[in-house]
Amino acid sequence: MPAASDLPTSAARAPHWTSRLALLGHALPWVIAIVYYFTADYYLSFGTQVMIWILFAMSLDLALGYAGILTLGHAAFFGVGAYGAGLFAIYVSPDPLLGHLAAIGLCAVLGVVTGAMVLHTTGVTLLMLTLAIVSVISEYANQANDLTGGDNGLQGMKLAPIFGRFEFNLFGQTAYVYTLIVLFIWFLIAWRIVHSPFGRSLDGIRQNPRRMRAIGTPVWWRLLAIYTISGAMAGSAGALSAHSTSFVGLSVLNLLTSGIVTVVLILGGVRRIYGAFIGATIYFVVQDYTAKISPFFWEFVVGGMLIATVLFLEGGLMDIGNVVRRLLRRRHGEEGR
Amino acid sequence: MLSFALTVLLDGISYGMILFLISVGLTVTMGLMRVVNLAHGSFAMIGGYVAGYITQRGGNFYVAALAAALAAALLGALAEVTIYRPLYRKGELSQVLLTIGIVFVMTGTITEIFGAFPYPVVFPDYLTKPIDIGFREYPGYRLFLIAVGAVVAAALWFLVENSIYGARLRAAVDNARMARAVGMDVSVLFMGTFVVGSALAGFGGALGAGILSLEPSYALKYIVLFLVVVAVGGEGSFQGSFVAAMALGIIDTVGKYFAPQAAAYLLYAAVFLLLLWRPKGLLPPKSVA
Repeated sequence: MPAASDLPTSAARAPHWTSRLALLGHALPWVIAIVYYFTADYYLSFGTQVMIWILFAMSLDLALGYAGILTLGHAAFFGVGAYGAGLFAIYVSPDPLLGHLAAIGLCAVLGVVTGAMVLHTTGVTLLMLTLAIVSVISEYANQANDLTGGDNGLQGMKLAPIFGRFEFNLFGQTAYVYTLIVLFIWFLIAWRIVHSPFGRSLDGIRQNPRRMRAIGTPVWWRLLAIYTISGAMAGSAGALSAHSTSFVGLSVLNLLTSGIVTVVLILGGVRRIYGAFIGATIYFVVQDYTAKISPFFWEFVVGGMLIATVLFLEGGLMDIGNVVRRLLRRRHGEEGR
Repeated sequence: MLSFALTVLLDGISYGMILFLISVGLTVTMGLMRVVNLAHGSFAMIGGYVAGYITQRGGNFYVAALAAALAAALLGALAEVTIYRPLYRKGELSQVLLTIGIVFVMTGTITEIFGAFPYPVVFPDYLTKPIDIGFREYPGYRLFLIAVGAVVAAALWFLVENSIYGARLRAAVDNARMARAVGMDVSVLFMGTFVVGSALAGFGGALGAGILSLEPSYALKYIVLFLVVVAVGGEGSFQGSFVAAMALGIIDTVGKYFAPQAAAYLLYAAVFLLLLWRPKGLLPPKSVA
């Protein structure tokens, strides 16, 4: 793991000209997203999917990356958010914004309840409990056939236009812009959290919970807070996924979903707020290609990516500059000798 | 009524024996090296597929079960040396990621070779027939599982409690640094334990194929169960994993008999309550107690 202290604040402390460069860097992903909108044609829904997973991975980064909560259960939030938004559209109101908020609220409640149940444990036990939560929810979604459609998935959502004007259409322009705006809002929230004293205390809790408790941090409450926020965010990603495709499949509650979001996060780099952007983009481009070869091969590739990242690229792709620099320096040092 | 209760109990115990066979290696290696190994279920899966491959071609079932153990042991040794060793010094997160990566790779590979459908192990005729046990007829396969599980558990118990290897193992689990300081080679000890644990998993995967059916998603599907045994029993605790496996086997079976719809919830509810009561598991070793 790279030392945490030199990661998020380095831009703020940097000298003047680099901070301007950094500003350009900050604008880059959003510029790309806007350019993509005008150039993508039929691939627009691909971009929507990538952004949804950026959001999902960012939520995991808050809990797993910053606070160090060892969870493989984030599929639960994504799935509950997706089913929540879908069911809301069918049974309560077709308004997508209302449904989205309802899904977020539902996942926040789920976060508080499950967080209270699991956060007093650590390590393997915590991991097992988060897995168990996904299993239980997925089991319920499978059994409650009448409500969720079981194996066939949840169909028949009829969404009203956003603000009564922007209709979800076949080419997915509305879904794309909608997702982009939601992602941007969450990005600002995440950015604020990470750079707040609260965010710094999470950093401390990850590195040494005992010492943080000793200096008076309410560790358990902080963890519960970030777990809930992260859950709400993941639920928001789930709701976006339900709204943009008008479909929710049982596979959102699969362990593989947790696995994929972890790959996306790790591939980009943990505790780099832009890591999720790179990770999701690379991952889905690779997935798009390999799934054409064979659907099983794709699972193989997910696993391979995980192993390779852990063994050779611990800081993720965001860290690749440092890795190359270190290699060069080593070569340089050897030549000098 | 009594005979019904006994039947449920036997079902639960035979199921628990399989959980024990597969999980005991996991619990000891986790206690010893503090490595979060999510790939343990893949060793059981490999064992099961090896046994299935041999028996489907008319091979002897016992030979197949031993071959399964051997294959899993070899693979375990290879994985320990190449992949796990660099992992011990890394954090939990890296361990989780890498081992779940192994699970995905295994799942993909097995699907590619054997297909996505369940893959049966062919048991000998006399095991598939019911046997008269006094008050009713009972599947011989389940009795066989109980017998084998009991023998293995007794042998392991003897090994852990009464041999010099067991004494070293217990010492290293309780305090690995001190064990190193007095001259024990903990990494060799660990490798041995890892290989034995993998072999038992492969053996358990082969024998238990009648209960935990073999399919490519096996390693992912049942890992929660194996982790439950580890967490409930207490990391590194040999006796704990036996007690936990039996308890979980019986609770799950009772649940499936009386409330099939709610069985999964019942099991996990029991686990949650148990861990609220004892967060370190039922019988944690001294190092974590």
